[in-house]
Amino acid sequence: MDDIVIPGGLLPSYREQSAAVRARFESLAAREVILTVSKLHKTFESEGKTTLALKDINFSTHRREFLCVVGPSGCGKSTLVRILAGLEEHSSGDVLLQGQPVSGPGRDRGMVFQGYTLFPWLTVKKNVMFGLEVNGHGKLECEREAMQWLQLVGLEKFADVYPHQLSGGMKQRVAIVRALANQPRILLMDEPFGALDAQTRCRMQAHLLEIWRKIDITIVFITHDLDEAIFLADRILVLSAHPGEIQELIEVPVPRPRSVAQIVSAPFLATKARLEELIYSGAHEPAEEEQYPIMGRMTHVTDNVE
Amino acid sequence: MARSSLFQVLRPLSPRAKLVIGILSFVLPVGLWSLVSYVPAIWHPQIMITDPGSVSYLDVGAHLARHAYDSEVEDARHEGRAPPSGVPANPIYLPSPGEVLKAFYTSFTTPPETRDGQWLAQSLWHSIRIIFWGYVISSLIGVPLGILCGAYTALARVNEPFIEFFRYLPAPAFGALMVAILGIYDGPKIAIIVIGTFFQQVLIIANTTRKLDPALLEAALTLGTRSRQLLTRVVVPAILPDLYRDQRILLGWAWTYLIVAELIGTTSGITWFITQQARFQHFPNVYAATAMIGILGLGTDMLLALLGRRLFPWDRSLAKFA
Repeated sequence: MDDIVIPGGLLPSYREQSAAVRARFESLAAREVILTVSKLHKTFESEGKTTLALKDINFSTHRREFLCVVGPSGCGKSTLVRILAGLEEHSSGDVLLQGQPVSGPGRDRGMVFQGYTLFPWLTVKKNVMFGLEVNGHGKLECEREAMQWLQLVGLEKFADVYPHQLSGGMKQRVAIVRALANQPRILLMDEPFGALDAQTRCRMQAHLLEIWRKIDITIVFITHDLDEAIFLADRILVLSAHPGEIQELIEVPVPRPRSVAQIVSAPFLATKARLEELIYSGAHEPAEEEQYPIMGRMTHVTDNVE
Repeated sequence: MARSSLFQVLRPLSPRAKLVIGILSFVLPVGLWSLVSYVPAIWHPQIMITDPGSVSYLDVGAHLARHAYDSEVEDARHEGRAPPSGVPANPIYLPSPGEVLKAFYTSFTTPPETRDGQWLAQSLWHSIRIIFWGYVISSLIGVPLGILCGAYTALARVNEPFIEFFRYLPAPAFGALMVAILGIYDGPKIAIIVIGTFFQQVLIIANTTRKLDPALLEAALTLGTRSRQLLTRVVVPAILPDLYRDQRILLGWAWTYLIVAELIGTTSGITWFITQQARFQHFPNVYAATAMIGILGLGTDMLLALLGRRLFPWDRSLAKFA
């Protein structure tokens, strides 16, 4: 089979938007701002050395926006989302949730981790009830709400099993509704599908979009999978590494509703080309990449595999 | 193939193999003991006299070293006297499994030999009470303190260096002091068990607490858990199965301190029974009573393991190794 080559010249610019997409971005921008990050800096101290992890991060998200954050490893995208969650402190700058500065973790910002982090000693239902219970809701009310949330992700049959009996995809669905049950203003997701196999990941992405469509939630989603970011996001925040700073905030020109078929559409490919250019070209800042050695031949000269 | 599948690192056994090998772990040592006891060709360094013959200082049933017996026989033959006769025997401190098995029954049914003595069951019960109170008192303070030390680094820094120092002091060294403070009866014995258990307990449980997955704490925090709720809502339930396992191990340790503890002040309990029986050279009884401690200890531990599986159905590590 010939290599599939898509000549760059034939792709439209990723900045080109159809009328419907443009109208959507206009209406999105007209919504109230949920999260504002301005002049955010984060430095780490270790062994007397100060490392700048995040440098001058500025962005804001609007209500019910789906924002993805991508970047090469070490760009501080996880640090950023942990700061938003209040699990880490920032060195300077502001993080405002509906105008209120964020200090420490709180129920207004839900979080989904890559490692599921379900409480193994609680059944699926009790896991979903956890947030409601610690926030002082009555037991009956918690139970009713938890069951409703489980129905939303089709797991009501598994209400009374323990997390270890679930598959990875099911665990992550429970983790998502556990966070959503608290009705947070914003849902932070730190590479939530990173540990899932390709097929499950695909289904989870579609499922997440479905959930997002149905409820009033703003999502900040960290990933290193560019296809995932384009498939899910309204806008993509591209970070560079060492130090982590914003390269570009891309408006994804792929129209909604999204489907898997769009992966080969022109706007999708154009966006992907731009993301790859930003992340892998190294034009912005040469990454300190390790050189892999070139191996000597260890088989007979006539014994070829290619 | 069969051999290679048995000796693979960390490979779990089939239930059948588990049972068979588990039984073997008892059958092998008992088998060895039977071999030494019942096969005269193996060891048997002494001769038990069945007929003293002309040797005046020998009685029926007396044990004599082989070479002494041989020279007596030699002398008698030489001088034309009736030689003594006897059968190969082990020293009386190594009774046969059969004798010990019989002693299991008889030691429970034999009335005390002295007026102030106790039945074996009474002695055992006394020992169990000492263990129980020592363990409970130690746990009442040690478990919460251990969890707190594990959860709060500052508290750990305040407590642990001293506890670390103290745990190296052998508990029996406090015997005399405890008698001076608590009298000669059960007080000092319980105290020795507490001293022997408590310091290890705090350190072990603090360590277990520190092994808690911090991601669970973070998840709880992002769900709006306040930091003082964390301890009861996340830390304790998360470590509970491991804590339970620690407590089982610590109960085993408490048992090992029992004999020393019971020698302090007035000797009591199973220790009193054992020393008494040893004094009368009733070695089968000594073995039976000692084995009784093992049976009680292992029995409680197996019961607790079974109970643990009921209590923590979600615990994976327990299901794998229990």
